[in-house]
Amino acid sequence: MALQDYIRSRFFPHIWCVGCGHGTALNALLRAVETLGLDPSDIVMVSGIGCSSRMPGYVDFHTLHTLHGRALAFATGTKMSKPELTVLVPMGDGDALAIGGNHFIHACRRNIDITAIVLNNRIYGMTGGQFSPLSGPGVVATTAPYSTYDPAFDVMRLAVGAGASFAARGSTYHVVELQQLLVKAISHKGFSVIEVLSPCPTHFGRRNQQGDSVEMLEWLKANTAKLGSKAAEENPELITRGIFVEDERPEYCEQYERILEQAREG
Amino acid sequence: MTNKTNNKIAFVQGNEVCAEAALYAGAGFYAGYPITPSSEIMEHMARRMPAMGRRFLQMEDEIASLAAIIGASLTGHKVMTATSGPGFSLMQETLGFAIMAEIPCVIVNVQRGGPSTGLPTQAAQGDVYQARWGTHGDHAVIALTASNNQDLFEMTVEAFNMAETYRTPVIVLIDEVIGHLREKLQMPDPDELEVVKRLRTAVPHGVDYHPYLPREDGRLPMSDFGDKHRYNVTGLYHNMWGFPTTDPGVIDGLIHHLIDKIENNLHQITRYKEYYLSDADCVLISYGCSARSALHIVKNRRQRGMKLGLLELQTLWPFPAGLVREKCSGAQHIVVVEMNMGQVVHEVKRAVDHPERVYLANRVDGEFITPTNIKNVLRVIMGRGV
Repeated sequence: MALQDYIRSRFFPHIWCVGCGHGTALNALLRAVETLGLDPSDIVMVSGIGCSSRMPGYVDFHTLHTLHGRALAFATGTKMSKPELTVLVPMGDGDALAIGGNHFIHACRRNIDITAIVLNNRIYGMTGGQFSPLSGPGVVATTAPYSTYDPAFDVMRLAVGAGASFAARGSTYHVVELQQLLVKAISHKGFSVIEVLSPCPTHFGRRNQQGDSVEMLEWLKANTAKLGSKAAEENPELITRGIFVEDERPEYCEQYERILEQAREG
Repeated sequence: MTNKTNNKIAFVQGNEVCAEAALYAGAGFYAGYPITPSSEIMEHMARRMPAMGRRFLQMEDEIASLAAIIGASLTGHKVMTATSGPGFSLMQETLGFAIMAEIPCVIVNVQRGGPSTGLPTQAAQGDVYQARWGTHGDHAVIALTASNNQDLFEMTVEAFNMAETYRTPVIVLIDEVIGHLREKLQMPDPDELEVVKRLRTAVPHGVDYHPYLPREDGRLPMSDFGDKHRYNVTGLYHNMWGFPTTDPGVIDGLIHHLIDKIENNLHQITRYKEYYLSDADCVLISYGCSARSALHIVKNRRQRGMKLGLLELQTLWPFPAGLVREKCSGAQHIVVVEMNMGQVVHEVKRAVDHPERVYLANRVDGEFITPTNIKNVLRVIMGRGV
């Protein structure tokens, strides 16, 4: 299928601002789906509320746009009730890890075969630029006019600690790499978390002297490094990209099949 | 209920009856979170569903439980969750989503004393208005109840039928007494009760399917996630494709549709029972566990020649105001019997011609309301002292 066949162009233009990283992330995601040769009728995309959560409206899969923070709970019901479906869950940083934090850790713990894509722009964009649990200290936001002092979650450590069997981080500057990471995340059997560093020039960049979208992409280039690279070893301040964990562990729906067998045998 | 063949008679608890009725109605997916006094529903499902090849899931909280069954309803399953007061409070946002996105699902609330953690193991009927108005924004909702095991079985099946017919969440609003009461259940034969199947679209693959375009009869045929029609579902105001919109005409049409599809079918949704109403000059109105004591006192006073009757409501929402008005038209006294500080009594006052004749007989101390409690109110109303 051609890439544009995955898109519902009748609902364009999209809502994302100029320079927003989410369109680039969607591009990488659709190319990953194309690479895997998936039938759009076998894919369900479930989202919560926020800028990134508008993604499902624009893609021609089965799409479910739910409540703030609850996407993974809805998605768990969808996957458990029809395990043959491929379930993709794009979420914002506040959506996934503030209001949705409990659902996030429990989805990791179950190791249910869902791909969670955390589009991390370190800000609540849709509501106008409040800080999120991924903003970290020293960030100016509408609810932190004197700068934040809240520590940030490390999404990778949180996901792995909670039981996700696949965890990776990419950025919208490193698009080809991101696409490859998404291919691996979607093909992985088990709960996959992929954090995508995605710039928000409108609300984060503007308030934090990070400039426009081009300058924010340059920032991603300068401040990230591949996991295990020399640059990462030499400078621990750099944000690492790559696969943090890729384990084979019992998948939740497959485990339920065993329970079904056991119950049938009485 | 004649010509029964192989039906079993069981001595069971109300919560188990509710679970069995859901299985009878075709529930293929259950998700829940433990909470007293509803947990036996979930435990029963945990045991029975895998053995029937169906799917059971314990979630991390009640929000997730309702979310999960909505996610499963969209793949084509009939779905249910059960909870009690605090859990029902947590579900309110997601309940609104199911109303807005028109997702068939059944939510059982085995009421306990509130507010807050309240009385986990004791009975109350304080969630009647919460069932109606707990989620934000204008909406309509269906809530059913029952006062004994046999009726609870039928009402639970009805809840599934109405959820499918009107594409909406349906609340089964029982209480701790009914949930934990053990009494006889005559298990209906497999084809004895009507079971409404999910209405699926006849639009062929390749033709534009509009998931939110009602047919002439107001119903919206569905298409399962995983089938060939791909569409969007959202809690935002949406157009006929399910895509978000702020078009005033579309918004106006949708809110009217969501309310009309239920309010305009009030007669089809109303379930009730009546006892000795034809010549009653004093009408008791009750529901759920309270109706048991109300019926007891009615039968008792009839033996003494007093013209008491009982209207037992099984549909609480949409409120059957016309029915209440008609049944109370000849009454000198109307007494609403309920275990709260007065909820259905307000609806009755709004419905009848003479609201000044409406009284409340209630009990709110966690103990089950007794016939004596009702008798005492009747004596005061009739000027006989306590």
